[in-house]
Amino acid sequence: MPSLDDLRKRITSVKSTQKITKAMKMVAAAKLRKAQENAEKGRPYSEKMNNVILNLSKSITDKENAPKLLVGTGEEKVHLCIVLTADRGLCGGFNTNIIKKAKSYFEKIISENKTLKIITVGSKGYDQLKRQYKSYIVENISFKESKNINYFDADKVGKIIIEKFEKNEFDVCAIFYNKFKNVITQIPQEQQIVPLNEDKDDKDDTGNDNDYEFEPDEDEILSNLLPKNISTQIFKAMLENSASEQGSRMTAMDNATRNAGELVDRLTIEYNRSRQAAITKELIEIISGAESL
Amino acid sequence: MSNLFNIDIVNPEQSFLSKDNVFEVVIPAVEGEIGILKDHIPIISFLKPGIIRVFSESEEQSFYVEDGIVEFKDNTLSVLTSSIFDLKDADKNFVSESISSAEAELSKDNIDDQKRFLLNHKVEVLKSISIN
Repeated sequence: MPSLDDLRKRITSVKSTQKITKAMKMVAAAKLRKAQENAEKGRPYSEKMNNVILNLSKSITDKENAPKLLVGTGEEKVHLCIVLTADRGLCGGFNTNIIKKAKSYFEKIISENKTLKIITVGSKGYDQLKRQYKSYIVENISFKESKNINYFDADKVGKIIIEKFEKNEFDVCAIFYNKFKNVITQIPQEQQIVPLNEDKDDKDDTGNDNDYEFEPDEDEILSNLLPKNISTQIFKAMLENSASEQGSRMTAMDNATRNAGELVDRLTIEYNRSRQAAITKELIEIISGAESL
Repeated sequence: MSNLFNIDIVNPEQSFLSKDNVFEVVIPAVEGEIGILKDHIPIISFLKPGIIRVFSESEEQSFYVEDGIVEFKDNTLSVLTSSIFDLKDADKNFVSESISSAEAELSKDNIDDQKRFLLNHKVEVLKSISIN
């Protein structure tokens, strides 16, 4: 049985923790709004980019000479995985969910005897993966310094991927990130970006009867466009990720605040009980002392 | 019948410009400037450094772009670009910085002809901006 003093100390400590989690929740909520706005603003660009590429790839008849970034190298031996995570913790299952998704993919690749290469973006992903997959990690990128998500950073990652592709260092490239559905739900995503997976059930399938004029020809546009598309996809993933991170942190901190509240209630009851018990004990002592006189 | 069409300029961060009352847009496509009017046939092309001029009924706007893709379809012109600014809010320092970095790039030996051409062109356009 803890003493009254111990209980009092615990109550104060839980209360101050509660204050911190509450503040973190508020900060996350404010950041979430901004991140969500950014994600929405960034959507038109990647959607339009997708549309253009879709239209272009439809008009390509000569599949064999098409750019390799679109159709792949024809092999599937080396897989490059880009794992996008946050730089900070305390955001519930956010990082763990991405890592879990990525790990199951890794296991599949390894069991099929293919070569695996990993690039981690964000320090939390690196921390969690280095224990088990250290030898596979080829690069570890972190954008801790940049305050906001910007296209410039995404482009850096994109350039690294292109460079590796041109050196034939991988055949298939997939990215892992969390898609923001709403504040409570974030869905870990696995998206293949090289070769480009065509979305069969794309809504914008109306452009079929459109014969485009290309200037210069399709091949040249495509080879110019595809590297940009990779950066765009990464940028989109980063935007979704940052919205998810804040959403996830907000929910986690909200839960933490509530749990702290429950704990304080329980501890207060216990404190009051033992205080009352002490008073009763003293009274009994006084009374029995008086009786024995 | 009106002779107006829509234009959307988007960059990765946000939608930069969206108008539905333009009658002519001149874009610096990679093989030469293209003037686009209503009912142009669908076209996809990409940009070289240059000035996009947008003529609407009330005003004329000019933007500097470094690269990007244009798509014209169903009387909507979409411009996707990662680097764009309005000539009106051109930052002198930024322009002169871009010129010097492009010139530094030009002085390297290992660039191919196409890149050299694009860089020369970029310097030219940027210089014309800084004069105005």
